[in-house]
Amino acid sequence: MFYREAGDFKTNYADDNQTFPIKFDRYRYYALMLFAFIVVPFLINDYWVNAIFLPFLIYSIAAIGLNILVGYCGQVSLGTGGFMAVGAYACYKLMTSFPEISIFIHVLLAGGVTALVGVLFGLPSLRIKGFYLAVATLAAQFFLVWLFNRVPWFYNYSASGQISAPERTVFGVAVTGPNTSAWATYLFCLVLLTIVGLIARNLTRGMQGRKWMAIRDMDIAAEIIGVNPLKAKLSAFAVSSFFIGVAGALYFSVYLGAVEVGEAFGINQSFLVLFMIIIGGLGSIFGSFAGAAFLVLMPVLLKNVLVGGLGWPTDIAAHLEFLIVGALIIVFLIAEPHGLAQLWRVAKEKLRLWPFPH
Amino acid sequence: MKMKFATMAVTAMMAAAPAMADLVFPSLSYRTGPYAAGGIPFADGYADYFTLLNERDGGIGGVPTRLLECETGYNTAKGVECYESTKGEGALVYQPLSTGITYQLIPKVTADGIPLHTMGYGRTSAANGEVFSNVFNYPSNYWDGASGAINYLLESNGGDISGKKIALVYHNSAYGKEPIRTLEELQKKHGYELTLLPVDHPGQEQKSQWLQIRRERPDFVVMWGWGVMNQVAIQEASNIRFPMENFIGVWWSGAEHDVLPAGDKANGYKAVTFHNVGRDFPVFDDIQKYVVDTGKAAGAGDQIGNVLYNRGMYAAMLAAEAAKTAQEMHGTAEITPAMMRDGMEALVIDEAKMTALGMPNFGPSFNVSCENHGGPGLVGMTQWDAANQTWSMISDFKETDGEVIGALVAEDSASYAAENNIEAGCK
Repeated sequence: MFYREAGDFKTNYADDNQTFPIKFDRYRYYALMLFAFIVVPFLINDYWVNAIFLPFLIYSIAAIGLNILVGYCGQVSLGTGGFMAVGAYACYKLMTSFPEISIFIHVLLAGGVTALVGVLFGLPSLRIKGFYLAVATLAAQFFLVWLFNRVPWFYNYSASGQISAPERTVFGVAVTGPNTSAWATYLFCLVLLTIVGLIARNLTRGMQGRKWMAIRDMDIAAEIIGVNPLKAKLSAFAVSSFFIGVAGALYFSVYLGAVEVGEAFGINQSFLVLFMIIIGGLGSIFGSFAGAAFLVLMPVLLKNVLVGGLGWPTDIAAHLEFLIVGALIIVFLIAEPHGLAQLWRVAKEKLRLWPFPH
Repeated sequence: MKMKFATMAVTAMMAAAPAMADLVFPSLSYRTGPYAAGGIPFADGYADYFTLLNERDGGIGGVPTRLLECETGYNTAKGVECYESTKGEGALVYQPLSTGITYQLIPKVTADGIPLHTMGYGRTSAANGEVFSNVFNYPSNYWDGASGAINYLLESNGGDISGKKIALVYHNSAYGKEPIRTLEELQKKHGYELTLLPVDHPGQEQKSQWLQIRRERPDFVVMWGWGVMNQVAIQEASNIRFPMENFIGVWWSGAEHDVLPAGDKANGYKAVTFHNVGRDFPVFDDIQKYVVDTGKAAGAGDQIGNVLYNRGMYAAMLAAEAAKTAQEMHGTAEITPAMMRDGMEALVIDEAKMTALGMPNFGPSFNVSCENHGGPGLVGMTQWDAANQTWSMISDFKETDGEVIGALVAEDSASYAAENNIEAGCK
């Protein structure tokens, strides 16, 4: 009826190749962006930003990063927590060493440092595959956490081994430290997420993304048709780690403000981000958002309903939360093994045909 | 019409405002996860004391208290969520019972003007109130605990422990690393040898650490553990037949649930403390009468009199006394977080007050001041009796090495002040 290409004529290739070729999709996307950038900053308060928006935005960045590696290039990684820690500690060292430079630059540089570390730990992927690679990246996870716990230089020799973010600004507005306003931290993360999302979307539908997917689908065939596996795999590790590093830097500096590496960037973090992309949908940018939203929002929602709404004891609510989220994950994966993104794709197909499905 | 509506809205808001008038005490508790064994009794004690105040006295100064419980699972991200979701309700004081969450909340509470009380945990240098205006850690902190343990060893070894080997088994986190600096400084002073043995979260795997202890045979083992780590350590110590009387835990490693799994072998294990143990206090009769018998006890109601229950109750008592002080200072019963902060800074706890509350000799007497948010740092020693299944005080609250600790507090708080551009000083 309203969701279809019919009548929407394109007269050049650029138009034909755009991300959202369907007019309805495109307007929906513009409306969403306008809403996120212009309306939301005026509505949010500390609770919304710290409990819901910041974790959602930051985990979305991390999920996009991991999705490039796992979903698009097919290299299973369990090192996400470790790479986020690299981003966080790089950001901390940069923030404290060069306080006069904008935090925006520091976050990007922290991503760059993580990309280098990611490439280093990606080297084994040239020889080992599948589960064995997962074990190698697991080693990265444990090694990195151990390193940041062990070497006092990384946490500036503080007595407790914690790192805490001092106040830093972008264009004179504080985005880290205690005196931030909700809209500033929100917009800062949103801008970064938008940049990351655009880069990721365009990388994955261009030549680079096709190379990654060729490697993922059958690496020998890809090599025969001229894809260099060295470049393809290492570039996937680099891009993925860059995004994950940015996410780690934001997670530490903007969201939590103080972290302890073993607790904030442990193996649980790696699994959480991996679950996000599995539930959201491997090889889909939208899936990264959906997965992050599902795993960030669901526990908060359940908690507010059970404790705030129904007034149940907190321990029963917390246990039920585990049960419900776990059950939902299983239900989703049985009903739709390709994740939330596939559900969305099917819904779109149905919409196109609606109201005459035959 | 518009005008009328606006007036109505204003009236409605003004009418709604007094309904908010109760004293809100958030409890960032953890009743789930690997640290729940310690989180549950503390949260129960904290909740029960406020229930007692409501039932017996009608609240504090005539205003009922309201406890807002929020489950953190000892997880920092959830702690932040809990803080943000409760601070809007007029929370008077936060006690997160987690050093990690404390580190996160220190800048936030300072910006929001809400006091934070980290009793025996958190950032030790917060004792310097000139830098940490909104953070309190009276009556004792980690460094007092470390010094108290060393003082006890000095005392029981005739004042000389030079050349003795002491091993520190610690939770490899901000919490466990806290005592290291103090122990290293004291090492210079007393000449013992210190071995550091980190145990990673959650602490179920300690074979290699205890193997090392078995090989190196330290004279004493000091432990900074929490949660499941404590029971495992005590079990491992008994497996290698380490003499329990030479094994000293910090106050977070000395509760019933830590020693019970090891059975008789845990007999003689010691732990430092900053408050009394057992249920031989008149306040427990009131709790039985007003809270338990009326079916209002928090949780399962089976923790009353446990070490950590007492600590939670003690924390609630100190908060309630600070609220009373604030009410007297500002002449209003409905205090704000800022008034609560003033009350905490002017808090005086003496024996007469504690006796009146039914808690004679429950903790040390102390005064809080702007310069000293950490109290006197008096530390006692408790010992486990496996046959009777009770903890008992074997050494009264005693002075710790204020000289060494004071210097460390000054140094650490100065570096925090420099990092965050805080101008030290009393307002």
